[in-house]
Amino acid sequence: MRSHKMLFGLQLGFTLAVCAFLIVPVVLSILAGLTSNYFVGLESGLTLRWVFEVWDGYRDTIFRSIGISLACLLVTLVLGVPTAYVLTRSGSRLSRVVEELLMLPIAVPGLATALALISAYGGMGSFRTSWTFILVGHVLFTLPFMVRSVLAVLASIDLKTLEEGAASLGAGFRQRFFDIVLPNCRNGILAGSLMVVTLSIGEFNLTWLLHTPLTKTLPVGLADAYASLRLEIGSAYTLIFLLMIVPLLLALQAIARPRRKRFIRDDPVPEST
Amino acid sequence: MTRPASTKPLSISLKSCAKTFADGTRVLEPLDLDIHAGETLVLLGPSGCGKTTTLRLIAGLEQPDAGGRVLFDGVDVTAQSIELRNVGMVFQSYALFPNMTVAGNVGYGLRIRKLPAAAQRARVAEMLAMMRIEALADRSIDQLSGGQRQRVALARALAVQPRALLLDEPLTALDAQLRDALRVEINQLLRELGITAIYVTHDQAEAMALGDRIIVMSHGRVAQTGTPREIYHQPASHFVAGFIGTMNRLSGEMGANGFVCAAGIVPWYGGHSAADEILFRPEDVRIAEEGEPADLVGSVAAAFFLGDRTRLFVDVGDRQPLVMESTARCTRGVGEQVRLRVDPQGVLDLSSQRGSL
Amino acid sequence: MIYLLLPAAAFFGAFFLLPMCRLFLVGGSGTRGWSAYTAILTDPVYFNALLATLGVAAATTVATLLISAIAGVFLQRHRFPGNALLVSMLTLPLAFPGVVIGFMVIMLAGRQGLIGALTQALGGDKWVFAYSLGGLFMGYVYFSVPRTILTVMSATEKLDHRLEEAARSLGASTWRVVLDVILPGLKPAFISAGAICFATAVGAFGTAFTLAARINVLPMVIYTEFTLSANIAMAAALSFVLGAVTWLVLALARTAAGSTVAAAG
Repeated sequence: MRSHKMLFGLQLGFTLAVCAFLIVPVVLSILAGLTSNYFVGLESGLTLRWVFEVWDGYRDTIFRSIGISLACLLVTLVLGVPTAYVLTRSGSRLSRVVEELLMLPIAVPGLATALALISAYGGMGSFRTSWTFILVGHVLFTLPFMVRSVLAVLASIDLKTLEEGAASLGAGFRQRFFDIVLPNCRNGILAGSLMVVTLSIGEFNLTWLLHTPLTKTLPVGLADAYASLRLEIGSAYTLIFLLMIVPLLLALQAIARPRRKRFIRDDPVPEST
Repeated sequence: MTRPASTKPLSISLKSCAKTFADGTRVLEPLDLDIHAGETLVLLGPSGCGKTTTLRLIAGLEQPDAGGRVLFDGVDVTAQSIELRNVGMVFQSYALFPNMTVAGNVGYGLRIRKLPAAAQRARVAEMLAMMRIEALADRSIDQLSGGQRQRVALARALAVQPRALLLDEPLTALDAQLRDALRVEINQLLRELGITAIYVTHDQAEAMALGDRIIVMSHGRVAQTGTPREIYHQPASHFVAGFIGTMNRLSGEMGANGFVCAAGIVPWYGGHSAADEILFRPEDVRIAEEGEPADLVGSVAAAFFLGDRTRLFVDVGDRQPLVMESTARCTRGVGEQVRLRVDPQGVLDLSSQRGSL
Repeated sequence: MIYLLLPAAAFFGAFFLLPMCRLFLVGGSGTRGWSAYTAILTDPVYFNALLATLGVAAATTVATLLISAIAGVFLQRHRFPGNALLVSMLTLPLAFPGVVIGFMVIMLAGRQGLIGALTQALGGDKWVFAYSLGGLFMGYVYFSVPRTILTVMSATEKLDHRLEEAARSLGASTWRVVLDVILPGLKPAFISAGAICFATAVGAFGTAFTLAARINVLPMVIYTEFTLSANIAMAAALSFVLGAVTWLVLALARTAAGSTVAAAG
């Protein structure tokens, strides 16, 4: 019994250390963003000066990132949900190929995708310099997450039979799609949406090559700040970024928790009444 | 009670409906079938026999191979998809919509038909009352037991006053006791409504209890069509005889006084036959009274006390022991000799069907 | 129904497949011609970068799997007060972008970092390794641990307890159960999570960019070729090869683990 307790203690200690490794730098960076002079330490006093400085200098990148992420969400919803639906329902070899292809942009480094986009469309001046150029990259990168998230939910319910049930009651294709398919993959759409927005706001690998001086996003601004400005400003900027992204991540965690049981095919349910 | 007198029950015909899947498997050989208005027809068979495919062809969930036609009251509906056929369907897994409440599920077909809201509510209430699930109206599907789900599925299918009710193994997912209770309920419901119903099952007891007629299927073909009594007492083939109930087989040859086998002579009044095998049910053989002449003599191979009766396995020198039932008080032990009488009315000769299904 | 795929297919064709083909052609259009595609093996500069990239990725994978296996199995198997909070904190950095993770490494191991301050306070030298391969390694582990822990936890949840009980009933010790039952049961999860970890570490750019331009891993070399040397053909060829490598790693892992595997970040 004692050795079990010791093993438990060792594992707990290790896990706590891992947790510290992940969380301590976040806390440090928050503190640094609120400290007058990080080199001196907390004695120099807390201040919002750096946060305001970032807000004044980089406000536009924040709004641009929010705008792009919402546009990205819209496009991935329109493209991704029907795609996931077709992939679930058809189940043919073709759909396996389509799924494989769609996942490529997350298998291939963002750098390669960005260079490919530039080599194909870099010459189209107005497109190259517009924010939609970045949007295209973000959609490529986030679309697989939307598709997979919806696919996961659709795979856990017997969509075919549910649709047959609706059809037997007289529902046509459109009615089935809006009454049965969409409501039943709501959780997948929600999780996918949060993931898409989170990833789009933080996307750097593609964006760094796709952006122009007039289309800087938040992470591009962050990289700028890290490279050229004092630590406190980088930290304050990071703080703003965390304020945007942490609620999204917490929401993601909340919906990832086990849900109530869903309709599952041929599941014998014992009578309890 | 729930359908207006003006709606006449539907008659359904299948004309040479075959079904071959995309991968080339033939699941249904060309089938001709007439389902009479108002009858309950049971499609019975082991899994993979084509019974569910037949049901899905009637529903409009599958299209027959070229040349096959489905007729509703003589009108060709082959090209109509299920949403236009107005058939009520109950699925094995119930297919209740998890995003709607019980009332939402039952009312969905009415919503599709754009009934006025008040009429929808009234009809939903009526259906819930009929299935005795009024108290569940606002529950979500996740909170229902299997039996409750089954009732909701029936209420939903019947709410739209379908022309026919199609049931695909509706009781398979339930445990035995509940299955028996619901079987009685469904039987009552179908009689009251007088609706044309097609019921798919692999459970022969269910088929016997519910069917006006039973179609036994095997390997994509009809093995036999008939009333439950006909199917049970006059099976057309060894397959049907073996699939429904228990059947004893004895091998031997026809003699002047009956069928001669290792353990004795079984009376046979069926006229001339070259049979080398006869069949009879366990209930057509009994232990001979004291002093009564015996047809067969054997020894008890095994005895199982079942509470209300005793099942005996009697070794009569054939490949398989005879199965028979005796009273609960029967105390015959293994190895004991028993003298048996066979009811000549129950003796079957299927030798002419040999080689068929 | 298939026509519902058309918008996604059109978008994907126009903005991924076509540009990738273009990238491939551009890669062969430079001064080296098509031999640009073999330069990664023949040119010592690129080859060394390749070795450094693969090395740091392999080290990241091993470390991440070890850390995540211990913590993940522990968190899934033991319910104690604070468990949920710990899981929540461990998975919080799940979608932090590489640049931010680079900054986290600087906070820990940079010139004004915690580790340096601690080692100095303890009377030793000031440890500063954020701007080297060591820092990169730390960043990649930071990036990969949250998602790998999640994978390990869900795989542990799906393990059949009865197998362990059966092993115990046959007399196996705790360590034998771990070796003979738990680890083999988690193997598919390890393969897929490890592949994602490796592929991400090979292709990631943000962390390296934040830490320093001096770290010679392939993504940094590609970036330098593209911006500083304006050698677009070489950058294209290298990134095409890089993409092929990561895709291959994931495809192999998927065949081995039998489930959907994909990198992120």
